[in-house]
Amino acid sequence: MIPTSTETSTQAHTAVPKMRAANVNFFYGSFKALHDVSLEFAANKVTALIGPSGCGKSTFLRNLNRINETLRDTRIEGEITLDGENILDKDVTEIRRRIGMVFQRPNPFPKSIFENIIYGPRINGMLKKKTAAEVVEQSLRRAALWDEVKDKLNESAYAISGGQQQRLCIARALAVDPEVLLLDEPCSALDPIATAKIEDLLVGLKNQCTIVIVTHNMQQAARVADTTGFFLLGRLIEHDKTDVIFKNPSKKETEDYITGRFG
Amino acid sequence: MTTRNSRRNAINNVMLTLCGVCAVLTVSALLWTLGYLVYYGGKSVDLGFFTKLPLPPGQNGGGMGNAILGSAEIVVLASMIGLPIGFFAGVYLAEFGGKTLPFIVRYTADLLNGVPSIVIGIFAWTVVVVPMHHFSALAGGLALSLMLIPITARSTEQFLLEVPRSMREGALALGANKWRTIATVIVPAARKGIMTGMILGVARISGETAPLLFTSLNNQYWSTGLSEPTASLPVMIFTHAVAPYDDWHRQAWAAGLVLLALVLLANIAARMVISRGTSLPR
Repeated sequence: MIPTSTETSTQAHTAVPKMRAANVNFFYGSFKALHDVSLEFAANKVTALIGPSGCGKSTFLRNLNRINETLRDTRIEGEITLDGENILDKDVTEIRRRIGMVFQRPNPFPKSIFENIIYGPRINGMLKKKTAAEVVEQSLRRAALWDEVKDKLNESAYAISGGQQQRLCIARALAVDPEVLLLDEPCSALDPIATAKIEDLLVGLKNQCTIVIVTHNMQQAARVADTTGFFLLGRLIEHDKTDVIFKNPSKKETEDYITGRFG
Repeated sequence: MTTRNSRRNAINNVMLTLCGVCAVLTVSALLWTLGYLVYYGGKSVDLGFFTKLPLPPGQNGGGMGNAILGSAEIVVLASMIGLPIGFFAGVYLAEFGGKTLPFIVRYTADLLNGVPSIVIGIFAWTVVVVPMHHFSALAGGLALSLMLIPITARSTEQFLLEVPRSMREGALALGANKWRTIATVIVPAARKGIMTGMILGVARISGETAPLLFTSLNNQYWSTGLSEPTASLPVMIFTHAVAPYDDWHRQAWAAGLVLLALVLLANIAARMVISRGTSLPR
C-alpha cells in the first residue's frame, strides 16, 4: 500500500543524500498528520513537494527544521538526518541555523532591511570574520535583491514590495550560510513576475545549498525541481525525477492528481 | 398599519435621542469637571503653587510644591517596582507556560485589578507601615505598584499576542532561542502598544488617593527621604477639601486641576505613541 520511497528516490539520484527522513509519523494532538514518510534529499538539488491542500507536505517540511515542535501538543516519531546525524537529538538552534526556512507569506521583522539581514548572523555570533556590511551585501546579492535595495538599506523592510520582501526573507535565511533551504509555498502571495524572479533565484542557489520547496503550483515544481515528491492524505505516494513524476508516474494517485482529476 | 408604523418610528426616534443625549452627557461629564476645576482652581495655579509649601490655616497663599514632588516620587517608585514586574509577568502570560499556570496567573491578575484601592492601602499599611513604625513614601509606592502590576501585565500580554506567529517562526527558524526571539523580535514589534499600556497605567495610579491615606500619609513640608511621610496631590486634595478654610478649598481645586492636567497629558502622550502608527504589517 505505502510505497517504499527509498526505492524510488534511489532511482531519482545516486549521490549521498544531504537529508534523509525515515519512517516519520507526526501527530497534532491525536490526529495523525504524517504516516510513515521516508524521503531522501540529494545534495545541491531542488526537491519539490506537491499534493492537494491538507496532504501533509507543509507539515513534513516544517519537521525538517523542527519548527513544528514549537506548536503546542505535537509529537514526532521516526528519524530525520542531516549528513547522517539525527537532527531530533541535536541542539535545535544549531539545526535551525544549518537548515534555513522561508515561509508562505513574507515575514520580515519590523526593522530596517539591513537589520533584517544581520539578525541571523548576529544571534549566531557569525560577525567576527566578516563585517556586517559585507554580510548584508553578499546575502542581498545572493537573493538578487542588492541592486533594488542598496540605496535604502536603512529603510523599513515594509517599505518594499511583497516580492522584494520575500526575496529579503530569502536573503535573511542565506545570511547564516544554511546548508539546506526549506521554502513553504514561497510564491503563494506573489504575482507572476515576482514568482519568476524567485524561481530563477532558486535554480541559481542550487550549487550553494540543498533546496526543498513545497508548492501548490505544479508548473512551478516542473520548472524548478530536479525531483518531486507527491503527498496524499499524509502519505508520500511517490518521489522521483520531476520528468518522470509529470510524464510517467508509477502510481495511479499521482497520475490522477497531475492530470487534474482531483485536488 | 399606519399606527404600527408610527409607533415604530416613535420608538426609533426616542432611542436615537436617548443615545444622543447619553453621548452628550458622557462628554459633558469631563467638560463639566474640567470647567469647575478651571473656574475654582485656575486662578490659584501660579508659579508659587508649584514651588511653595502649603501655609497654615489663616494665612493666604502658599503652594503645593512638596505634594507635586511627593506625588512624582511615589509614582516613580511605584513604576520602578510595578512596570518591570508587570511587564515580565505579561511576557510570561503571552509566551510561556502551558494552560493551567497562565490561567491562574491571568485570573489572579484580574482579581488583583478588581481589589478596591482602599483594601490595597490597608494591606500596604500592614506589611510596610506597621513593621517600620512610620508612614513613608516607600509604603505609598508599594501600594500603588500593587495596582500597576496587573494593569501592566494584562496590557503587555494583549499587545504581545497581537504579534503574528509568522514573525516568531521567522526568528526561531534563524536559530534564535525562545528568549532571544522574544527580546529581539516580539517585544520590539509590540513596543508601542506595551509603552502605551504602561503610560495609561501610570496615569491611572497617579490619581489614586485611598492607597496613600494609610501609607505615605501627608506632610506639610518637603519630605527628606523615601522613609518619611510624604505629601501627594491626591491626599493633599482630600485634606484641603475637608478642612473648614476657604483658602484651603481654593488650593484643593488648584491641586485637582494640576492633577487632572497631568493625567490628561499622559493620555495624550499615549495616544501620540499609538498614532505614530503600529509597526506591524496589516
